[in-house]
Amino acid sequence: MSTITTDSPATPATGRDQRSTAGAPEAPKPPERRRRRRSAGAVVLDGGLYVTLVLAALVMAFPLIWMLLASFKSNPEISTWPIQWLPQEWNFDNFIAVANSIPIGRMIFNSVFITVVSTFLKVVLGLACAYALVFVDVPFKKLAFMLVLFTLLIPGQITIIPNYVLVAGLDWTNTYLGIILPGLASAFGTFLFRQQFMQLPRSLLEAAELDGAGHLRRLFRVVVPISVPTIAAVTLVTLVGEWNEYLWPSLVAKSPDLMTLPVGLTHLQDLEGIQNWGVLLAATTLLTLPMLAVFLVLQRRLVAGLTAGAVTG
Amino acid sequence: MSSHALSSAAPPGRRTARRKKLWRNIGVFALLAGPNLALLLIFTYRPMFLSFYYSMLNWNIGSDFAQFIGFGNYVEWFNDPESARIVATTLLYTVATVAGGMAIGLALALALNRKLFGRGIVRTVTFAPYVLSGIAVGFLWMYIFNPNIGLLRTVLGWLGLSSPPWFTQQPWPLIMIIIVTLWKHIGYVALIYLAGLQAVPQDLRDAAALDGAGTWRVFRAIVLPLLGPITFFLLITLTLSALQSFDLIRSMTNGGPLGSTKTLMYQVYVEGFQIGRGGYGSAVATILFVILLVVTAIQMKFVERRVHYQ
Repeated sequence: MSTITTDSPATPATGRDQRSTAGAPEAPKPPERRRRRRSAGAVVLDGGLYVTLVLAALVMAFPLIWMLLASFKSNPEISTWPIQWLPQEWNFDNFIAVANSIPIGRMIFNSVFITVVSTFLKVVLGLACAYALVFVDVPFKKLAFMLVLFTLLIPGQITIIPNYVLVAGLDWTNTYLGIILPGLASAFGTFLFRQQFMQLPRSLLEAAELDGAGHLRRLFRVVVPISVPTIAAVTLVTLVGEWNEYLWPSLVAKSPDLMTLPVGLTHLQDLEGIQNWGVLLAATTLLTLPMLAVFLVLQRRLVAGLTAGAVTG
Repeated sequence: MSSHALSSAAPPGRRTARRKKLWRNIGVFALLAGPNLALLLIFTYRPMFLSFYYSMLNWNIGSDFAQFIGFGNYVEWFNDPESARIVATTLLYTVATVAGGMAIGLALALALNRKLFGRGIVRTVTFAPYVLSGIAVGFLWMYIFNPNIGLLRTVLGWLGLSSPPWFTQQPWPLIMIIIVTLWKHIGYVALIYLAGLQAVPQDLRDAAALDGAGTWRVFRAIVLPLLGPITFFLLITLTLSALQSFDLIRSMTNGGPLGSTKTLMYQVYVEGFQIGRGGYGSAVATILFVILLVVTAIQMKFVERRVHYQ
């Protein structure tokens, strides 16, 4: 970094407000007050930065493109040396092979079903809990909040053996209930919702109360509609987490019919062996593409949620 | 709401009304917060305490037989020569991914903070891996690292290098997992730093520049201190996430070869679910939990003091 010689922005400042081209988390910058000359150093620096950024983007993006390409290559094409960059012909043979090896349709359904149900319930539980923690006056409110807060420090791995014993004891292995229920409690979401609710004007709630609205009505008619951005952010973060969840479902779902996609992927590896790259990467593509799509479409909200801890911290 | 002070001179009728309201509030609270709190108690707090108890048993998962052996599992763990290596692996992985992630992430954020054309795309692309399944990421990188047919062999070949034995010879498997972890997390770190950089007031920079401070001085004396709270936050979250990392190790090396990528978290899994020693696995989980608490406490105590809050 010591090569940086000037701090002037790449585009010459004009004194006008420059509209930020970037996403939501960016704070608008105050307009530049002084016109600065672009020194030769700045040009060299920006050139260097460009090269670095292009390289960074390649390193980050190409593995995913490479995975996508491999899922369309035949096994001989994958294992030739030197590398064959593009598949000779594009077909879905690898995906068909996946379907012949594992119940992939069922696994996609399981993943979607478990993700949607878990996310929905988790967000509702978090909303209700946060509302109670902020707007319902009871003497033990602080204690209840500490209970939620401290769970953020309890790592999943310490709970996993006892929870497995409980779920196995209840004969809940190989059930959706066993996969979903132990992970339903909302700590992170409750925490973020509480932060958000505390910033809401109390007068708004008091007005609704005077109008005779009960707590449930106040929650769903007043608080929820004005908290949509936070709810969206928490929902998306939860969605990503549930979709990618591996360890717990891998312990509970022993039959392929109950497996989610990540679990199915390691199951496929056990069946096909580690060298059957075309098939494995086709399944990997099926697992990653939905999240990439969600990310690309809803990027702002998702990033806002994922980085929320830092901003509120 | 009941924020008004309860006057002791209040007539008895109003007092019972308040009482009634309190009970109604408790009812509403139980209805709204109850389910979530109950789930937390059953599936987080109960297993946490139960885990301490299990750690004192000689007991296999699924078995009805359990023998209370006090701190026997802990004694065994501390006497096992493998434990030192597992702790070293965990430490190495944590330090490398946290320090490396923060350094590269900050550099990337500084680059992205300049108004360069196309930085939005770069930001999207660098963040994308963070939302992907660790299992999937592990698989696709295994293919890239493959020393015979992998993409990396080609790239190293361009640079005149040969592919190291990524999967078979120490310390390469651990390095490989560290690289993939960095790939997955860097966009997240960069984005958080970027938010921090954009919160640095421009007039502060300008004032320093007017006083003749060069860019490096401005960065050292103004930008970096202001990034303190964010650095602190990242230090904690990245450390905790590294200590609990599982999916990548599971998909890429299974803790091998010869246990060289086995971290504490992975040991909990191996002992508890592959070997089935529930008592011993719980002891390892408890040790890991204590380490996590200590790390958090130390960071809170020592780092927070030096952090600059605006």
